[in-house]
Amino acid sequence: MFWNEKAECMEKEEKEKIQLERLQKTVKLAYENVEFYKKRFDEIGLKPEDIKTLKDIEKIPFTTKSDLREAYPLGLLAVPREEIVEVHASSGTTGKPTVTAYTQNDLDIWGECIARGLKMAGAEKEYIIQNAYGYGLFTGGFGIHHGGNKMGAITIPISAGNTQRQLDTMVDFQSDILTCTPSYAMYLGESREKAGISLEDINLKAGIHGAEMWTDEMRKRIESSLGIKTFNIYGLTEVMGPGVAQECEFQNGMHIQDDQFYPELINPETGETLDYGEKGELVLTSLTKTGMPILRFRTKDLTSLIAEKCECGRTTVRMTRITGRSDDMLKIKGVMVFPSQIEKALLKIKGISPNYMIHVTRPDILDEVEVKVEASKELFFDEMKEMEKVEKQIQASIRSETGLRVDVTICEPETLPRSEGKAVRVIDERNFD
Amino acid sequence: MAVKQISIFVENKEGRIKKAIDTLGKSNINIRALSIADTTKYGILRLIVSDNEKAIEALEKDGFIVKENEVIILAVPDEPNGLNSTLAVFDEKGINLEYLYAFVSSKTDEAIVVMRLENMEKAIEALKDSNVKILDENDIKDL
Repeated sequence: MFWNEKAECMEKEEKEKIQLERLQKTVKLAYENVEFYKKRFDEIGLKPEDIKTLKDIEKIPFTTKSDLREAYPLGLLAVPREEIVEVHASSGTTGKPTVTAYTQNDLDIWGECIARGLKMAGAEKEYIIQNAYGYGLFTGGFGIHHGGNKMGAITIPISAGNTQRQLDTMVDFQSDILTCTPSYAMYLGESREKAGISLEDINLKAGIHGAEMWTDEMRKRIESSLGIKTFNIYGLTEVMGPGVAQECEFQNGMHIQDDQFYPELINPETGETLDYGEKGELVLTSLTKTGMPILRFRTKDLTSLIAEKCECGRTTVRMTRITGRSDDMLKIKGVMVFPSQIEKALLKIKGISPNYMIHVTRPDILDEVEVKVEASKELFFDEMKEMEKVEKQIQASIRSETGLRVDVTICEPETLPRSEGKAVRVIDERNFD
Repeated sequence: MAVKQISIFVENKEGRIKKAIDTLGKSNINIRALSIADTTKYGILRLIVSDNEKAIEALEKDGFIVKENEVIILAVPDEPNGLNSTLAVFDEKGINLEYLYAFVSSKTDEAIVVMRLENMEKAIEALKDSNVKILDENDIKDL
């Protein structure tokens, strides 16, 4: 049932005691060994000794992705270089990559977190894990690998791609667990059907998927096309990699390994701490890593937290599915709006493609929003009044989701950016100078 | 008695109508009648063409959204009050007109009117009882 029952099912009081001890140790380590943290603390006159309670964490300044970029590549080490044994880096699609460095102890912690997740997915020592996350600078492949090793399971480092070989491996090795991105899992499921391999020919029981956003609809498709139960996994290179949190068999929020990472929820605009049930940005602090400890890292991921004990028996804090990124947040007519909300509103309308553009302007003193969607056969009518009805329906759906009255423009198909990759969905032409 | 018309969704953007017409030309499709309903953002291009199936295939291949729908085509005396007497037929039965467009052909003295009515069945019924001349697919081919 549990990989580490003591850590995963700890009572609140005991956990908070451990968290505080570890936090104080981490803060001291960072302050004394990392120039960046020392400077940040000194600027506001904060000393490691000022962290007397868990609540005191709020006194520590946030660390952002750009802070990590400035320290590229190895500017944030808290230990001498000879103690570092591995590095990983983010893809760098939005600028210089951010690097994370690990000591052997850090790798053990990573393996521990992944092993807990593997166990949640039902893995046993004799299981075969087909690890189709990419091996390389990306944390996915190696992260799962370290976890598989920790557990003592058989890890096949097949990496991503080469679909025929993936299918052959599934059949020949009778792999038990598939680990890869959800979109690749979906592709593998479709490819299995096309290749005429029946579900009886394979032996997959579970899939651990993450590193990109996915929906319940995708989950259903992966589960039925591969005959598995899927587990959402969360993590980020800046903090460690996958394994910071993962779902258990109840699929009701991801269990954050909160004896290793301390979660907070903040209002992305003001930085104020929010209550668990609210929706906000996740902030993470590493509690045990020593190579590159990280204090109050702003993940930009929007979620909410669940403190209640899970049906599975674990007491670790859970985070709900990521609903967006705080960088995407728009403030329109004083209302917070996320592109994901618009997307959700559009998906409620039959026949609409999920491709859209949000165009925000301020012609005079008031904000105006235009939402462009693509026409489709279901959304096109020969009569003007029917077309107006379609526009009104889209408008109403967006209004009920966001509270905003927007202008809807129907465009020709294939003229808006596709949903794959990092499509630009928002054009904000307001001038705030 | 209804005739099939095709409607194309065109964004209000430079060259889109030309592109649609171009597509039809390349597929050797003859346009017999045409009208555009427009808003500031998009238009609906309505066409009576020589071969609907071929036209739809070519347009969809070029990324257009096309729908086929029924219209009534009438021959109306090309003289004062000509259209009025025809419309009176629908008026009496309380059938609403969605839109109409008209053109004249060199091959006949009558004006040709394409109509879409709120209730097509009722409209056709009403016309049967009148002396208005309804054109079918074959009549159109000769125009």
